[in-house]
Amino acid sequence: MNGFFDIPSDLQHSYQGLIGLHLREALLPVLAGLLLALPLAQLCVRFRWLYPPVLGATTILYAVPSLAFFVVLIDYTGQTELTVMIPLAVYSLVVLVPAIVDGVRSVPQETLAAATAMGFGPVRRYLQVQLPIAVPAIIAGLRVATVSSISLVSVGTLIGNQGALGNLLADAQKYDRPELAVNSVITTAVLAILCDALLVLLRVVLTPWMPNGTRRRPKTGVRQRRPAPQDVTR
Amino acid sequence: MTSTAKSSWSRTRHTGAAVAALTAAAALLAGCSSGDTSDDPLAGEKAKAGTVVVGSNNFAESTLLADIYGEALKAKGIKVTYKHNIGSRETTYGLMKNGSVTVLPEYNGSLLAYLDPKAEQKSAEAVNEAVKAKLDKKLTLLKSSPAEDKDSVTVNAATAKKYKLTSSSTLADLKEAAPDLVIGGSPEFQTRHQGLEGLKSVYGLEFKSFKALDAGGPLTQAALTRNTVQAADIFTTDPTIVKEKFVVLKDPENLFGFANVTPLVHKDGLSQKGVDALDAVSAKLDTKTLLELDAQVQLEKKDPLDVATAWLKSAGLA
Amino acid sequence: MNVLNFVNAFFSDSAHWHGYDGIPQRLLEHVHYSALALALAAAIGLPVGLITGHTGRGGNALAFIATAARALPSFGLLVLIVIVMGFGLLPVMIPLVILAVPPILVTTYEAVRTVDPSPVDAARGMGMHESRILFQVELPVALPLILSGLRSAAIQIVSTATIAAYVSLGGLGRYIVDGLYQRNYEKVVGGATLVAVLALVTLAVFWAVGRLAVSPGVRRR
Repeated sequence: MNGFFDIPSDLQHSYQGLIGLHLREALLPVLAGLLLALPLAQLCVRFRWLYPPVLGATTILYAVPSLAFFVVLIDYTGQTELTVMIPLAVYSLVVLVPAIVDGVRSVPQETLAAATAMGFGPVRRYLQVQLPIAVPAIIAGLRVATVSSISLVSVGTLIGNQGALGNLLADAQKYDRPELAVNSVITTAVLAILCDALLVLLRVVLTPWMPNGTRRRPKTGVRQRRPAPQDVTR
Repeated sequence: MTSTAKSSWSRTRHTGAAVAALTAAAALLAGCSSGDTSDDPLAGEKAKAGTVVVGSNNFAESTLLADIYGEALKAKGIKVTYKHNIGSRETTYGLMKNGSVTVLPEYNGSLLAYLDPKAEQKSAEAVNEAVKAKLDKKLTLLKSSPAEDKDSVTVNAATAKKYKLTSSSTLADLKEAAPDLVIGGSPEFQTRHQGLEGLKSVYGLEFKSFKALDAGGPLTQAALTRNTVQAADIFTTDPTIVKEKFVVLKDPENLFGFANVTPLVHKDGLSQKGVDALDAVSAKLDTKTLLELDAQVQLEKKDPLDVATAWLKSAGLA
Repeated sequence: MNVLNFVNAFFSDSAHWHGYDGIPQRLLEHVHYSALALALAAAIGLPVGLITGHTGRGGNALAFIATAARALPSFGLLVLIVIVMGFGLLPVMIPLVILAVPPILVTTYEAVRTVDPSPVDAARGMGMHESRILFQVELPVALPLILSGLRSAAIQIVSTATIAAYVSLGGLGRYIVDGLYQRNYEKVVGGATLVAVLALVTLAVFWAVGRLAVSPGVRRR
């Protein structure tokens, strides 16, 4: 029972089971964060004064270590997956709100004016003009949120086997089987890279007007002025 | 105009595709619940009627004991689910009280020290009575097994040599040396009576500092072996004691009391048939057996569940 | 909200203010780990980012390295390295540096790359050496963005350095891990508060550095 894929029985999952669990615990919160971030970001775009306080609050929330978040939640949601997923949803929200706000704001005034002139109402203009143009920024935010979410699920192992692939880390220590920790780190990293790649693919599909993925840079001397890339890792 | 309309339409189509993709992803994830587990994690807080939830703390022996007791119940046709590696007693006791966990392998004296730090521990029977008196009304302690596994203050070979400590030395003999030593143990050892507090109040030991490690697991073993700490809380059934020539200090004041393996049970969750099954296991489990089984898990790296079922079979309990 | 009571109780307990487990000691350890990790990450990320940004080559390779580094789970890496190497400061530094390099690297690259080309061309036309162009023309303009990359990295380090406590090191994470096992929410909430405050102080430090170091002509907004 020392093999790389021999999962200790106390985890009660097969290797594939752990992967499924990990993806679920990591990605559902990102999805929830996105669904919450879209209206919140729209409010921030509409009411400019709202953005700085929202940004401040989210920065503070992001600085709260995940483990502390988990432990405090145990009292309310018990030692369950939900306890792991709530903080991850909050972190996703924190990454996505600025990404979406910056993305939606980057839509040029002329474009908006053109849409209005075509008779688009505010809702239709938002859904069909602003949101699609903001897609690259939103996906950039989603990539950061997804990758960090996948990485953070592992910490859930500290609150009683709620860390999916991270549970292998605790067992690696408990039974002194380093190969389980190697397995956990590699599998988690591969999952993160795959999800990241899928999101890049999604962007290419959703933004057919952009050059495919590769951001070609003009030779020195004809560099154009670009907007500063947003600080998505914030 | 047509071209604008067309591109607007195509954009709508793409947004639609995105929405569809997201919905599909959500459905996929929701359905992606790790096919091979029977308990729904979101509803897992309250034990389902008729199912016994066997819990364990965050160290290897606890998992092994939970597997032994749990599999013995299964052999009697009782439905069992496991909740492993929960954490420390401070956490598991709360989960026992609210019924999330039905059966937990406990150590009688350690449990008493948690419930009533001041209690004297004179005999195993007296300890069990004292525990039952202090326990939450919904919980009870079953018969203790002869198998014992205590916390102990153990020093590494180098420290033993330096301060001339032998297997007949007691904790009181550590008084001179303690201010020079770093002691290690689980984070909860720092605040427990059967920990730094008792070592100070009972033996007058004040260590240079405390290093939080794990519950007698590999971190503690490694820290003691590499002299990161000179003394540590090691379980007396730990196979590394012999291997690394650690010296366990005697405890004449019985600070670490009795620590017989004893199932803690939520009364509503377990039938008489279940109680009988657990008692039968406890009757056959002695310290020597426990040491052997621990060595199989910790040194030979066998899976605890396999070790548990093999022993139950050989003992005629499954 | 009883969280505030926990905070109050934690900070008013005098036992939390001295000794090896006191707040000053743990804070010092946390700042020590964080500053060291940030310095190491900057020592890797800044030069590479500046050079690639200046030449404009290797953007895809950088993006790939950054993605791969971000994908590595810090907590898992920490546990793995401790199992393999044992205790010490190094096992904590490796995951923290890997965590911090991508934001520094990517923003530095982007910052230098997106500098307005006209002054750069003017400098080149004046016969300025490439290294002087980088340090005297591009760097001052790119500085605000470079600082923002360092800032994100610093905040992430401060927050993540708490996991060091799981492998028995010090720092503010000690209170959170100990509080979990001792079922002492006062410690958990107190520790988390200290981490959040430290993050805010970090923000303030970067704001101050930005005010001092960024030339007034480049300051945005």
